[in-house]
Amino acid sequence: MNAPENTQTLSFIPASEFKQRTTEAVADAHLRQSFRSAMDFLMAKRAAQFPDADALEAQRALAEHIRRYSLSRLPELLEKLERQLTANGIQVHWAENAEQANAIIVGIAQKHSAELMVKGKSMVSEETELNHAMEAAGIAALESDMGEYIVQLDGEKPSHIIMPAIHKTKQQIARLFAEKVPGASYTESVDELIGIGRAVLREKFMAAEIGLSGVNFAVAETGTLCLVENEGNGRMCTTVPDVHIAITGIEKVVEKLEHVPPLLNLLTRSATGQIITTYFNMISRPRQPGELDGPKEVHLVLLDNGRTQAYADEQMRATLQCIRCGACMNHCPVYTRIGGHAYGTTYPGPIGEIISPHMMGLAATHALPTASTLCGACGEVCPVKIPIPDLLIRLRAEATHDARPGHAPLVGQGAARSALMDFVWAGWAALYSRPALYRAFVWLATRFRFLTPPMQSGWTVSRTPLKPAPRTLREQLAGRHLKT
Amino acid sequence: MQRDMPTGPRPKDVYFFSTCLVDLFCPEAGLDAITLLEREGIAVHFPEDQTCCGQPAYTSGFGERARAVAQAQMQLFPNDWPIVVPSGSCAGMMRHHYPRLFADDPLLKARAEALAEQIFEFSEFLLDVLKVHWRDSGKPATVTLHTSCSARREMGTHLHVRALLAQLSGVNVVTQSHESECCGFGGTFSLKHPSISSAMSGDKVDALKETGAEAFISADCGCMLNLNHTLQKRGDSFQGKHLATFLRERLAAAGEKS
Repeated sequence: MNAPENTQTLSFIPASEFKQRTTEAVADAHLRQSFRSAMDFLMAKRAAQFPDADALEAQRALAEHIRRYSLSRLPELLEKLERQLTANGIQVHWAENAEQANAIIVGIAQKHSAELMVKGKSMVSEETELNHAMEAAGIAALESDMGEYIVQLDGEKPSHIIMPAIHKTKQQIARLFAEKVPGASYTESVDELIGIGRAVLREKFMAAEIGLSGVNFAVAETGTLCLVENEGNGRMCTTVPDVHIAITGIEKVVEKLEHVPPLLNLLTRSATGQIITTYFNMISRPRQPGELDGPKEVHLVLLDNGRTQAYADEQMRATLQCIRCGACMNHCPVYTRIGGHAYGTTYPGPIGEIISPHMMGLAATHALPTASTLCGACGEVCPVKIPIPDLLIRLRAEATHDARPGHAPLVGQGAARSALMDFVWAGWAALYSRPALYRAFVWLATRFRFLTPPMQSGWTVSRTPLKPAPRTLREQLAGRHLKT
Repeated sequence: MQRDMPTGPRPKDVYFFSTCLVDLFCPEAGLDAITLLEREGIAVHFPEDQTCCGQPAYTSGFGERARAVAQAQMQLFPNDWPIVVPSGSCAGMMRHHYPRLFADDPLLKARAEALAEQIFEFSEFLLDVLKVHWRDSGKPATVTLHTSCSARREMGTHLHVRALLAQLSGVNVVTQSHESECCGFGGTFSLKHPSISSAMSGDKVDALKETGAEAFISADCGCMLNLNHTLQKRGDSFQGKHLATFLRERLAAAGEKS
């Protein structure tokens, strides 16, 4: 479980491209409006679930404790999980990176001469870009979560981890279905659109040899894979095809079954404002002799893909507490403005900004942690209390500095280091830690305020220039004998 | 965020940490804050060697540079008087982040922790320590409040500002939509990601204007400068005022000494 050497599975995104994409995104009035109203809706739904702030705090503290406890015993719990799953008849596979995970899944599919895989919603399979790997092996992979089905049909990626097609309007989906689904006619009725999708998928569930799913919680003590979903497609994927493959990140393990309810309770309320989802699947073993349904084979693929890098650091380990509810993106003013695609990562929003550097390396992702005002909204709503703003600051430091003595370098450590910025901050510190120099500086700044540059980098894009006052506060106070 | 408030008699002396933004860009907010404190019979001491809390370097990932600046500030407060800071953001830095900044140095950490206890955001100090009750007889006015993220989520002082405004009988406070949302300043964020920052600031300005208020009130100069300069660029005469300035004007209007 060492940090992967190959973290280039996902497409490389230079920082300049991130800026370019965010500039385009904020200029798209339509996109801005859809995200604003969708996020407002989700924030209101969540808020309605937590009327009592003290009760919420108690629940968050418990959930945080469970996640921290689980992570503190991660290696041991993973081994226990493997033993218990194996005893239950579930085959366990370990993958250090996306490539390995995909190879394992392709291998299982090929062993069964599969032509079709139906997929329940799995962000980890998005992370490994499994669909491309399956396609390359000549095996069709069909998304069955309605949102995922829509984005797959349009050749896109999810723009939100819970609601993959949140960026699309009803009209866009209507046009897409009319164009891409054989026999479908144009309709803007949501019920009819869902009906069209379901009709296609129903057939595929029956035809597929392989069903793939994610995992929300893997219980070590009992060897149980828990899957949270609303559409029933997850249950279809995990029960109808002969082979079920689950894929998940190594951080999803908890020790005991009773650790699940406090997390589940916060997951659904934080994510969609639901008390409980329509479906909650607990998968413990393949079909037993005499049973009439269920898969004959069940596999679990446990993926590292950079998670051990976060795990190895005491502070950044908190990143792995995440239960993927998406509340941080729903409440993020930056995500609300730019949408999920602009990030260029599998996981967008605040959680994406702190987890992607471990998965893809800082060279590709150093711009992401800077795309935050550190307003703290994400940390405030996080059900497992990940200190996201602190981790953003930490990653900003790691991106601009060499590894600290005694710390292993992160992948892409120091990638954003620039002699200019080193010089700027050194100069800034010299000025602001020397009172006499500072006083001289502000004296000059006020006397030469007419020389204030009219263009001040990003500031004046939408603002008038900052101009020093005619006299500083300290000068005005000097006349009032207030000095100590 | 909750803290134990000092009990016993009112402090006679306080330090004033103006913040670099107030010193250079909004000195009137600093003067007004000091005037209000003095009006309560308090001796306000302004350590002349103060500069900046160090936050810009800290949040940019240059912790070692922030330390140098923070350490210079930490020497400026020899007495255990309260340190009043007219900004939630800078107060949050000194109260919550200084101890972390010096986590690996036992002596400096102890000093930072002691200092943290002395830090009071301006509105917090007025309401919780001085327990002011002011009478307002200014002209009727409708204003809206912009709460800074640090005030709300680090210092827990957004309600203090609201409570102070509520004391003013002639002032009607209207609430903007998305009040809890950031104004888009974010320090160096506004320089690094101007398009996102501008979009956020633009939306915030719209929300404030939509209230129909004649001005907005903020207890943070960072937010205030961001929003006022955004409005100026639009050619809009709607502007924000620092809480201290607004309070001082209301009391002066009531014929009390200013």
